[in-house]
Amino acid sequence: MTAPVRSDILEDLDQFRSDVRSWLEQNCPESQRQPMTPDQQYWGGRRGSFPSDDARLWFERMRDRGWIAPEWPEAYGGGGLSPQQAKIVAEEMKGINARKPLLGLGLWMLGPALLEYGNEEQKQQHLRAIVNGELRWCQGYSEPGSGSDLASLQCKAEDMGDHFLVNGSKIWTTKADECDWIFCLVRTDPDAKKQKGISFLLIDMDDPGISTSPIELISGESEFCQTFFDNVKVPKENLVGELNKGWSVAKALLVHERKLMSEIGSDSPRQILTPNEAARQYLEFKDGKIADAELRGRITDYDMRMQAVALTHFRTFEEKINKVRSPAPLIMKYVGTEAEKTKSELLLAILGSRGVGWEGEGFTEAELDTTRLWAMSYAMTIAGGTSEVQLNVVAKNVLELPQHKES
Amino acid sequence: MSLVLNEEQRLLRDSANSFLHDSAPVAALRKLRDEADPLGYTPELWRQMAEMGWASIILPEAYGGMDFGFIGLGVVLEESGRTLSASPLFATAVIGASALVLAGSEQQKETILPAIGAGELTLALALEETHHHRPNQISTTATPQDDGYLINGSKCFVLDGHSADKLIVVARTSGEHDDTHGISLFILDRDAAGIQVQRTIMADSRNAANITFDNVKVDADALLGACDEGWATLEPLLDRGRVAIAAEMMGYALECFERTSDYLKEREQFGALIGSFQALQHRAAHMQAELELSRSVIMEALTAVDESPEQLPQMASLAKANLNELVKLVTNEAVQMHGGIGVTDELEIGFFLKRARVAMQIFGDTGFHKDRYATLNGY
Repeated sequence: MTAPVRSDILEDLDQFRSDVRSWLEQNCPESQRQPMTPDQQYWGGRRGSFPSDDARLWFERMRDRGWIAPEWPEAYGGGGLSPQQAKIVAEEMKGINARKPLLGLGLWMLGPALLEYGNEEQKQQHLRAIVNGELRWCQGYSEPGSGSDLASLQCKAEDMGDHFLVNGSKIWTTKADECDWIFCLVRTDPDAKKQKGISFLLIDMDDPGISTSPIELISGESEFCQTFFDNVKVPKENLVGELNKGWSVAKALLVHERKLMSEIGSDSPRQILTPNEAARQYLEFKDGKIADAELRGRITDYDMRMQAVALTHFRTFEEKINKVRSPAPLIMKYVGTEAEKTKSELLLAILGSRGVGWEGEGFTEAELDTTRLWAMSYAMTIAGGTSEVQLNVVAKNVLELPQHKES
Repeated sequence: MSLVLNEEQRLLRDSANSFLHDSAPVAALRKLRDEADPLGYTPELWRQMAEMGWASIILPEAYGGMDFGFIGLGVVLEESGRTLSASPLFATAVIGASALVLAGSEQQKETILPAIGAGELTLALALEETHHHRPNQISTTATPQDDGYLINGSKCFVLDGHSADKLIVVARTSGEHDDTHGISLFILDRDAAGIQVQRTIMADSRNAANITFDNVKVDADALLGACDEGWATLEPLLDRGRVAIAAEMMGYALECFERTSDYLKEREQFGALIGSFQALQHRAAHMQAELELSRSVIMEALTAVDESPEQLPQMASLAKANLNELVKLVTNEAVQMHGGIGVTDELEIGFFLKRARVAMQIFGDTGFHKDRYATLNGY
């Protein structure tokens, strides 16, 4: 017993947990208590539609309760919950396998950034719209010439007096062809050094001059797009934070993105097998043990690692509520996504030739998914800051190692 | 579950840290080694540790103990790992004390536990019989005779085996060579007739011994726990030991890592601090990531001892396997990143490297614990 939480608060949390449990029990439709396939998700937006009536009902009830964004203030459509309470809601939802009623970058990334950096008008204009699922957001950070070296970005926004004029292009804009708005990093001072001349801008994708085309990946999917800006007029009030100070907004957002990516494994929308489960279907057992000693060892390594990662997620949460400073959050994206890649490779090995089918007859859907997810897993250690960039950040900010002269 | 230290535990850590740096730094271990000290630790140091309550840290208050739990113990062990302090802390205050707490009769507890807590009595667990940890493979026999037992067999890698006042002997009272049923524990004086002790000099300069038992006669009340049912004590006892040694190993890893990252900030080559080279930065940052994972594992494993015994077998195997691999990685990298000076006896990194290799063998190597973890998970 170490967490310095007072006992009366603990009792209140127990009461809160039981209230949450009975509310969920009464309000979450039975059909919304199973893992989701991609076509059962609701991402909101002008063109978004509910995959089913139950999904709509579940979304509306959660929205009215404020639990689409449990930690956001009630004034903006959130639930006004403390981190401890929000964690209880998440745990209880997980306990009954309740689906997330709404997914999206607005909810996960832009919202938290606006709460920290947005002005009152921007919060009023966007937060409730996000919670209500009215608008779907995508992110415009990387450019064809600016990947890991994000601060070298060239997409520019010129000050035209009453508006900005945006020209350039953004790449890896996830599902941009289905999104309504984009939050972008743009260069507002071409003379300033690197991150100093960058601003954070919100752009309506219906504005004239914007076009988007999808990019096919090695997995065969086209989740990512490239988005082009050709003399796009953006109102001045869409600037978040100060002019030329967009980098700090982006950094705060990246923390959310990395946390999200480190957690994605435990929250995969697909019904993907764990190595342990796959072993039972695809490997021989002898005397209660996997007969293939090499694979048994690899599966054990993976399970041990995932348990260590899960415990570290838990520890970072405890440290957050106890206000203990710790380097742990900075390593989570690196270890989480590397573990996901290890898992994909391991699943292929367990499935043997059934793990390398691509499409069509002769394979189950789960087998084909395994192959596709393996191909997709490569993006995980690249998107949101490559593993190498993550290690650079730890070397600089945690270990405070001397920096190479150029950087 | 709690993975963050509270105020009391932080104070304990800070006081342990400053005491050990003053009274038992790595230089003290070097001195014991260079002088071929016959005992292998300093009795005065153990007396001071006992005075601070470390010998009784996990003992119940009813027996004069501190009842600080394993989280408190882990804090002290981690600090003693940072300084590689040689003392009976592990063999006596963790293993000996836990064996008595888990299986001792009321009379055994009343006579032995206060003496342990006062630093007046030391113990050693005589378990291993081969060069790999196989706790159920026991050939040493205890045969009923008159009103007691006759013990015959030989043991190896007995930590503190040449210095302890009493031995806890794992012997077979029935069953086949590898049956868990039929194992019994006995507690007896180390200088009982028929016991021969051979001190072994290990790479880490710490204490271990080979011990043979030749018709050693013990009374019936030497039995610790029920006859034939020793496995029920031995398994949780070993799990406590695994978690405790893992906590100590965390100390080696942290100390080695911190010394190495300091070195990266002061050593110049090619006109630059070597810590500015990305090849080294990434390896150092990777170690930081591994340290963070191990920290969570250790905290959870220590908590499991105190709060969720049903989780303990899996957590103990996770912790021991995880820390085995961590100290291997960190000590190897520490030597390599120090370069030429890293392979000299003058630099203390070598002491950590050698201690890590011995600790990796204590109560199960990585292979043993991976196999056990997989078995516990049904594959």
